[in-house]
Amino acid sequence: MATLSLRNLVKTYGKVEVLHGIGLDVADGEFVVLVGPSGCGKSTTLRMIAGLEEVSGGEIHIGDRLVNDLEPKDRDIAMVFQNYAIYPHMSVRRNIGFGLRTARMPKADKEKRIEEVAAILGMTDLLERRPNQLSGGQRQRVAIGRAMVRNPAVFLFDEPLSNLDAQLRTQMRLEIKKLHQRVGNTIIFVTHDQVEAMTMADRIVIMKDGHIQQVGTPLEVYHKPANIFVAQFIGAPSMNMLPGIWSKGGVTLADGARIALPHRKATEGAEVVLGLRPDDLLVTQDKGLFSGTVNIVEPLGADTLVHVAVNGHEVIAKASGREPPKTGATVALTADAGEMHLFDAGNGEALP
Amino acid sequence: MAAQDAAIKASSDTLFSGSSRGSRRNMGQFIRWALLFGGGILMIMPIVFMLSTSLKFPFEVYNLNLIPEEPTIENYTYVLADGRFFGWFWNSLIIATLTTVSAVFFDALVGYALCKFKFPGRYLIFIAILSTLMIPTEMLVIPWYLMSKSFGWLDTYWGIMFPGIMTAFGTFLMKQFFETVPDDFLEAARIDGLNEFQIWWQVAMPLVRPALAALAIFVFLGNWTAFIWPLIVTNSVDMYTLPVGLSSFGDEVDVAWELIMTGAAISTLPTLVVFLVFQRFIIRGVVMAGLKG
Repeated sequence: MATLSLRNLVKTYGKVEVLHGIGLDVADGEFVVLVGPSGCGKSTTLRMIAGLEEVSGGEIHIGDRLVNDLEPKDRDIAMVFQNYAIYPHMSVRRNIGFGLRTARMPKADKEKRIEEVAAILGMTDLLERRPNQLSGGQRQRVAIGRAMVRNPAVFLFDEPLSNLDAQLRTQMRLEIKKLHQRVGNTIIFVTHDQVEAMTMADRIVIMKDGHIQQVGTPLEVYHKPANIFVAQFIGAPSMNMLPGIWSKGGVTLADGARIALPHRKATEGAEVVLGLRPDDLLVTQDKGLFSGTVNIVEPLGADTLVHVAVNGHEVIAKASGREPPKTGATVALTADAGEMHLFDAGNGEALP
Repeated sequence: MAAQDAAIKASSDTLFSGSSRGSRRNMGQFIRWALLFGGGILMIMPIVFMLSTSLKFPFEVYNLNLIPEEPTIENYTYVLADGRFFGWFWNSLIIATLTTVSAVFFDALVGYALCKFKFPGRYLIFIAILSTLMIPTEMLVIPWYLMSKSFGWLDTYWGIMFPGIMTAFGTFLMKQFFETVPDDFLEAARIDGLNEFQIWWQVAMPLVRPALAALAIFVFLGNWTAFIWPLIVTNSVDMYTLPVGLSSFGDEVDVAWELIMTGAAISTLPTLVVFLVFQRFIIRGVVMAGLKG
């Protein structure tokens, strides 16, 4: 186990800079998820940590060692790939034990270690099988086993669940989380799925266009997003955004509706964006903050998601699962002022 | 009544057009089979003719009958009793085997490097290698001969083998096959602690086994049947390869076709063995089960 530190990490391909000075400190045994849309630089960051991409600038420290110029094998890391990358011509036993080939330990100890890892992953009965005799989930477990067997300082996971079906993905998510609780190694996990990030991470790093947008616990990034991008990326469905003008301790929306936010601060007359999570925006029978026409109704069982047109913007609100409003109806929407988010319309940053 | 007639006519039209389609299909199938049969006959005729001639006496050689009037195995006893035949056979076996091992090894190594390593000039090198395919062997034998002469390689195994220890075609073939090996395998091996040579040998090579088998067959057959270069570079009868040796049966006035055909028939056996051994790998195909596809 070890800490991991990225200092002003830069990656360029020719003249194109794709990572612009990433800085991140990961504590020993921490589970950190890098999340962001395609092309945000999360996989490049991971591959630089692994030593599969050269570092164009900055430093990578694993433990107290600067590893910029070390070969992947000398960095004390293990990586699980999106496509598993388990060797098709080898049995599960050889695949798992492959990382121990160069380890200086007696053969009996190597075998014992393989058996231990197989037992943890529930694969003892499958050790003599070939990859083509395994299901997708089992292959993914072999890939994890191959990483585990060396007991590396840092585990790197590159979107390992994206090829699995929804049910298996949920199951493997839990298994990886349990595994982390059991072995306690430092884990860097890359995904584009914010649900994976929220459910697994100790801390989430949200990236966009080669920049870190926010680092925080899942609850921090959900409840206190640093900017509009994070607010919309984290949480499903996405946060509703309504443009308005800040005046006299509140936001005046385009249709003239006024929403008071007494504990917030912004420059008088500034253009702002009011953020409301669908979970916090409720359809009400009383007089709401504003009203609109129901476009689409999505019953989820316990709740219903209601798409409502408000001043040319469509917002998603939550209604009762038992008595949802009908399409075309006019409904009032309300929210608690404490759950509202305020952003600067110019730079997208959250306002205090 | 009129409606009934119309219905009957319609159904008979349908039946007729159906049978017409069926007969057209049958005809198409017949033509396909006939073409394949004709092709098969063309392919097998030289072999049948070779076997037939090997069982004939000299007086019957120029009769084109496939079944000999007086079949004999005398030619086989003569050829096998001739000590030179086994020498030539051995020479061919050594040369074809060593060249195959060498070509498969180096072609795969170069193909892998050109495919998986990014270095300046790699496309130029690849095109330079490919361009050598356009130079006919007949043009190359003169510089090869001059080179062999100045290095003292004439009439040696090395002299016969050196032009074939690496092939442009094999390099091209292997490069194309390595393109199908996902980089994830190689990167996983890199993280697992293998050096670049080990990655090539232990991870990449097993994944392109069918291509290696195909290349091995091509190279072995090419060297087993090679004639012009071994004929030029060898002087002593002991150093002849099988095709060169067989061509020497006979004298200035007569060619002993029955002996040549007998030798050729015997010499096909190793090629058959090589094909049967490596064909297994080709048929088995690439199993990319280690990746989610």
